[in-house]
Amino acid sequence: MTTITPSPPAARPARASFTRLLRAEWTKFRTVRGWVIALCAAAVMFVLLSYLSAFESRYAEPSVPTGPGGEAVSDTYMFLHQTLTGDGTLTARVVALSGAYASPAPTSGNAFGTSARGGPDSQLDRGLAPWAKAGIILEPNTRQGTDYAAVMVTGSHGVRMQYNYTHDRPGLAGPVGPSSPRWLRLTRTGDLITSYDSTDGASWTKIGTVRLTGLPRTVQIGPFVTSPAYLPAGAAAPASSVATAAFDQVSARGDLARRSWTPDAITGSGYYPYESPARTWQERSPSAFTISGSGDVAPLVGDILSPQWAGASIVNGTIVALLSVIVLGTLYATSEYRRGLIRTTFTASPCRGRVLAAKAAVAGSLAFAAGAIATAIAEVITRHVLAANGSYLFPQSGPDLARVIIGTGLFLGLAAALAVALGMMLRRGAFTVAAGITLLVLPGILGSQSGNWLMRFAPTAAFAIQATLPRSSLVTSDYTPPNGYFPISPWVSLAVLAAYTAAALALAAWLLRTRDA
Amino acid sequence: MRDTTIEVTGLRKRFGPTVALDGMTFTVPPGQVTGFIGPNGAGKSTTMRVILGLDAPDAGHALIGGQPYVSLRDPLTQVGALLDAAALQPSRTGRNHLLWLAHSQGLGARRVDEVIAQSGLGKAARRKAGGYSLGMRQRLGIAAALLGDPPALMFDEPFNGMDPEGIIWMRGLLASLAGQGRAVLVSSHLMSELQDTAGHVVIIGRGKVIADTSVADLLASVSGDRVMLRTAAGTRAAAVLQWAGAAVDVTGPDALTVSGLPAERVVALLSEGSVPFAEVTAHRATLEQAYLELTKDAVEYQSGGPDARAGQAEL
Repeated sequence: MTTITPSPPAARPARASFTRLLRAEWTKFRTVRGWVIALCAAAVMFVLLSYLSAFESRYAEPSVPTGPGGEAVSDTYMFLHQTLTGDGTLTARVVALSGAYASPAPTSGNAFGTSARGGPDSQLDRGLAPWAKAGIILEPNTRQGTDYAAVMVTGSHGVRMQYNYTHDRPGLAGPVGPSSPRWLRLTRTGDLITSYDSTDGASWTKIGTVRLTGLPRTVQIGPFVTSPAYLPAGAAAPASSVATAAFDQVSARGDLARRSWTPDAITGSGYYPYESPARTWQERSPSAFTISGSGDVAPLVGDILSPQWAGASIVNGTIVALLSVIVLGTLYATSEYRRGLIRTTFTASPCRGRVLAAKAAVAGSLAFAAGAIATAIAEVITRHVLAANGSYLFPQSGPDLARVIIGTGLFLGLAAALAVALGMMLRRGAFTVAAGITLLVLPGILGSQSGNWLMRFAPTAAFAIQATLPRSSLVTSDYTPPNGYFPISPWVSLAVLAAYTAAALALAAWLLRTRDA
Repeated sequence: MRDTTIEVTGLRKRFGPTVALDGMTFTVPPGQVTGFIGPNGAGKSTTMRVILGLDAPDAGHALIGGQPYVSLRDPLTQVGALLDAAALQPSRTGRNHLLWLAHSQGLGARRVDEVIAQSGLGKAARRKAGGYSLGMRQRLGIAAALLGDPPALMFDEPFNGMDPEGIIWMRGLLASLAGQGRAVLVSSHLMSELQDTAGHVVIIGRGKVIADTSVADLLASVSGDRVMLRTAAGTRAAAVLQWAGAAVDVTGPDALTVSGLPAERVVALLSEGSVPFAEVTAHRATLEQAYLELTKDAVEYQSGGPDARAGQAEL
């Protein structure tokens, strides 16, 4: 016998076992063949579109050097060097640093728009790159990607000591010029390299010391100049550039093997966009030189090799899968309203919030699984196709790859759950699909044009989960979605989407509770 | 069987300017079929939705075995309902429709196959529901209602779209369900459908109960003691019967309608008085007539005074 309550008790919904709800909702999904086919089709289209957009991208790139840490690096510069055996010191004064950049010409991009960059035949305009470098460098050999330590003046970051591409220490601030020359000094003692700077050549300040382990007894040392591609003020697109520096009072202590300088334009296989200056160097006196260089000695970032961003193909695949998932999540919810089946559902399970949760969980899990599997396959295929096309692929760490696969699955799963919530709110398929696209797809297309805030605060921010390109504070670049850079960190971006989904589910649950079924 | 009386008390509900329920009160006791009868738009479906917790009433409450529907655990095992037979995903088979319902109540596929057999759905159960005739949909809906073997059942217009064979089957099913001690509420806008099935009827109009009574009482109240009399000697017959206290109406050249006396008494009086007559027929009202009369009254009372029939709405 049930207990009989004489007066009407406050209607407290009995909590059905959530497993039962999940099982019922899963049975509902799998017994409509069209939905199952649509889910598989979404995964197939994901892979297919990724493949096609990888296949389309045919930009043969020569191999890119990797630095001591295994990271891709730029190592292109003008070097005037001598051989140093054992300990020694090189001192030089930089009295001028000026630059010019190439007017840009447009090239390609990805789903978020196109980017443009300077071509090699462009005209040169005056302008100094912020990370233009002129100073003294020491390295075991002149191969690209080798270990090094250097002290330098820069375009707008003052004096720096840098070593092995990713390490940086500030020295004297302010620009260099005839009225504010900079004295630079690099000293080798065994494995230890110490750098100093000075404004007068009399009082010196130590910037830092670095141990380059395994440094051979004989190394190359000398003045160098380089100037990276950058986005000049007022220009629409990044451009390659040239810097010219005037050195004087160059003096050495220690066993410099030859007393004459060997000029070397370190350009390697030419992967880095650089300008060939009319004159690379000039000896004004035995201790004074003017050197022009182009390139960079720094980590390599994606912008430079933008069309080869492997992730661009995945982004394109994701957009197609996203549309499918929005439609599928919508139908899964709104078809019940269309047929009046929702009353049967709520009769079987009166706790409407839990029905919504079960529905969102089923749609979300299925979209997650389809998305993660499709991403994993697409990653393998696109990398294979891009490599076969001769494109350069940035080294990708295992955790990064796992993050892209799991993250893209979660992205699609959250999108499906959001579509279910919208469907239960709006009850009409057409409205729901329109709302889903407005929330999940449109901001991505507008995002690159209307500023980064859309890619930061709209649900589309979640595309950032697919970001894999390296980023460096030592490189000025166009870190924007068209180049594969997102204004928000990967997991935070997913949290943004999760917040939208949670809010939509909460609103839908409230509406379901207050509205007649 | 447990007490699963359905109690509806003072339900009020308006949709915008339309009053759908206006103090609906009745009880569906176990062990018999309760007919829930009223014209279209009288509030039958709304009442059922309120009982099932789908619509929230503005006032009043509906309880099943003393509890509101939404607080029932595995509700389909306590109340089975067929509200709208067309509420199906067309691309899902009938069996799979029952399967997800079963899973939501912790039931298995075996129970699904049992109710498929019980509802006479047969092989059609494995076809897509989109291709079902209305009669087959009704059977599927009935299978769904029976799924949890519930002690209380509600069917909204279950005879719709059924062929004569289906109607006979449906009547038998309703009677056997009630015979098992279940509370069975069956709505219809056609009194005749329930004439031989319902032991009890709740007749509603404009969102409130007009009559809540047993079928026998209802028939008696309407048919009264009317007797149709055919006689050539109409004047003599009228005199004899009026003397005995009956009211007599002349309804034709040789036809009289007598009320206030049973047929046997009429025959005896006429024989005693040697009044010749051709035919005496006890007039037996159908539920249909009773219903039409009642709903006609309801309309009149509605315009006259709202509480005119209040006495009959009491439980």
